[in-house]
Amino acid sequence: MLRRTLLAAAAASLAATPAFAQASGPVQVGAVEILTGPNAAYGTAIRAGLELALEEVNEKGVLSGRKIALTVEDSAGNKDQAINAARKLIGRDKVVAIIGPTLSNEMFAAGPVANERKVPIIGTSTTAAGITDIGPYVFRTSLPESDVIPVTLARAKARGVKTIALMYANDDAFSKSGFDTMKAAAEKAGLTIVAIESFGSKDTDFSAQITKVRGLKPDAIGISALVEPVSGVLLQARQLGIGKETLFVGGNGSNSPKLGEIAGAAADGLLVGSPWFVGKDDPTNQAFVTKFKAKNGKEPDQFAAQAYDCMHILAAAIERAGAADSEKIKDALLQTKYSGVMGPFTFTPGRDPASTEGVVVLAMQGGKFGVAPQ
Amino acid sequence: MLAQQLVNGVLLGATYALFALGFTLMFGVLRVINLTYGFYFSAGALVALWLARSLGWPVWAALPAAAVASGVLAVVLDWVLLTRLRRIQAPELSSLMVTLGGVLALYSALTSWLGPDIRRLPPEAISAEAFQVGDIRITAAQLLILAATAVLVGGLLLLMRGTRLGLAIRAMAEKPDAAQLMGINTGQAAALVSFISGCLAGAGGVLIGLNFNAIHPYMGEQMMLRGFVVIIVGGLGDIRGALLAGLALGVIEVLTAGFVSSSLKEAVAFLILVAVLWTRPSGLFGRAVMRRA
Repeated sequence: MLRRTLLAAAAASLAATPAFAQASGPVQVGAVEILTGPNAAYGTAIRAGLELALEEVNEKGVLSGRKIALTVEDSAGNKDQAINAARKLIGRDKVVAIIGPTLSNEMFAAGPVANERKVPIIGTSTTAAGITDIGPYVFRTSLPESDVIPVTLARAKARGVKTIALMYANDDAFSKSGFDTMKAAAEKAGLTIVAIESFGSKDTDFSAQITKVRGLKPDAIGISALVEPVSGVLLQARQLGIGKETLFVGGNGSNSPKLGEIAGAAADGLLVGSPWFVGKDDPTNQAFVTKFKAKNGKEPDQFAAQAYDCMHILAAAIERAGAADSEKIKDALLQTKYSGVMGPFTFTPGRDPASTEGVVVLAMQGGKFGVAPQ
Repeated sequence: MLAQQLVNGVLLGATYALFALGFTLMFGVLRVINLTYGFYFSAGALVALWLARSLGWPVWAALPAAAVASGVLAVVLDWVLLTRLRRIQAPELSSLMVTLGGVLALYSALTSWLGPDIRRLPPEAISAEAFQVGDIRITAAQLLILAATAVLVGGLLLLMRGTRLGLAIRAMAEKPDAAQLMGINTGQAAALVSFISGCLAGAGGVLIGLNFNAIHPYMGEQMMLRGFVVIIVGGLGDIRGALLAGLALGVIEVLTAGFVSSSLKEAVAFLILVAVLWTRPSGLFGRAVMRRA
């Protein structure tokens, strides 16, 4: 017991010294994102969004002119690596808060680490159920799918959909939780679920599942998965003869411009609810899109937009906290009142986003998303 | 529905077999657990993508060029990674680790160079329209995979059984030292086997990329697990075995997904693998395997 106390005291003094030394240097903020591996597209988009916001924040600085220094660690989409990255950011880089990780899977692993060390961790793209239940230091700025999917399904129902088949990737927390949400929302909307089919998130062949669904002739097919398998499902569905009379409804993962790039015309007609849309016609959003394009040479996606807002939200919280102190920043985050590219933003007491006002239902047409016709 | 599911299964199985052909050759003849194989598959697809997208080559020209490029890459990497280990006759685990390290470095380098995005060959490269026969639909890319698998299996068997070169390779597979004493240039033959394996991997990458529209640096890595199953169940170095094991795996996966439950397809397929290996530890045709190359 004595030994443990001594150790704890030693650890505390070790931890305190660099923090003291940095009192006038930059405020250290960390991010854990997927920068390599098959899902790196998400992490790199997020990093681009964070860096753009960071430039804007650092023009003025926070806490009377201190800059924010961002360290982005690669999780490679791997839970263990996400945990190590969070430990490294907290222990070595002494960050006051962490943004990320990219996938809900990784948040379930790294979130408890940050929570235990009392460092706020803010997911910008983690939409699975239960994320903020991890603990009082876990936040997210991404609307959970449970808020977005009912809006999308209501639109499908308005178009005359009565029966639906559901397909999802069963090896990924994000896709599975999106499926649970979709199933619950479909039941609540009074749709008949005719089939439930799963696949692996890295599969490329979906012919067996599609053939089975084809035989049941549902009005709609709901898919909860990341954009790569969704594209594969759509391409193969068209090859196997599922035509435009069947409405495809996507979860959050389908909400990426890559869907049009990979699936092309096969994706036409797919409906997806989005907390953000590149073509959203408000000045804050248009300014963001223009700046992002100028800096990165391509249009931002939802993940970049969410990250951009999150960095601004965090910077404002650090400013309000009045010190580079994790505990004060956590309290300040809860007081957030921000209006960014996603629309008006506040946190619920449970540290989730409070408003679904910003949700737009989009439809694929000619390889591009547009606001869905009624 | 059963007919379409069987077609789906055979097509999926053909992609597994196509992937595994070069792998089983490399494994069976060179007796090296070479994990770089998946990389040649990715490389072939990416080279073809570049030729088709940037230089506007048609697929029929990009396919052989990409295959040859992958073959050359295989020879070079084999030489760089394994020459020293062969000379000192290092244990198999060393070559396993060296190729594992090598291939991870290669995948990372390729990803940081090209980005992780999924790409596809230009849609006009091959018609996406499906042919319909009764209730069964099949696309041109799928027919191409079936044809290519058949031609490559036939060609390989002919090479191995009907030519002096094949004889030399089989001799080497059986007893490298004896083969060398009989005047076979084993170094040259090994390089040739690497080249052929690389070509097969590259061609497989192009065709499978064309069918699934999902070309990215890690695509080979994702095929490796199935590749291992196919070459182990089929018997190391056994080309006919790889074909049959690939087809069986594809059909079993699809039928399980179609008629039992899609979440069980891997479980069933891999349980069958375990059962096969319990009863026939050296593969379906489990005789002295090397001899069958």
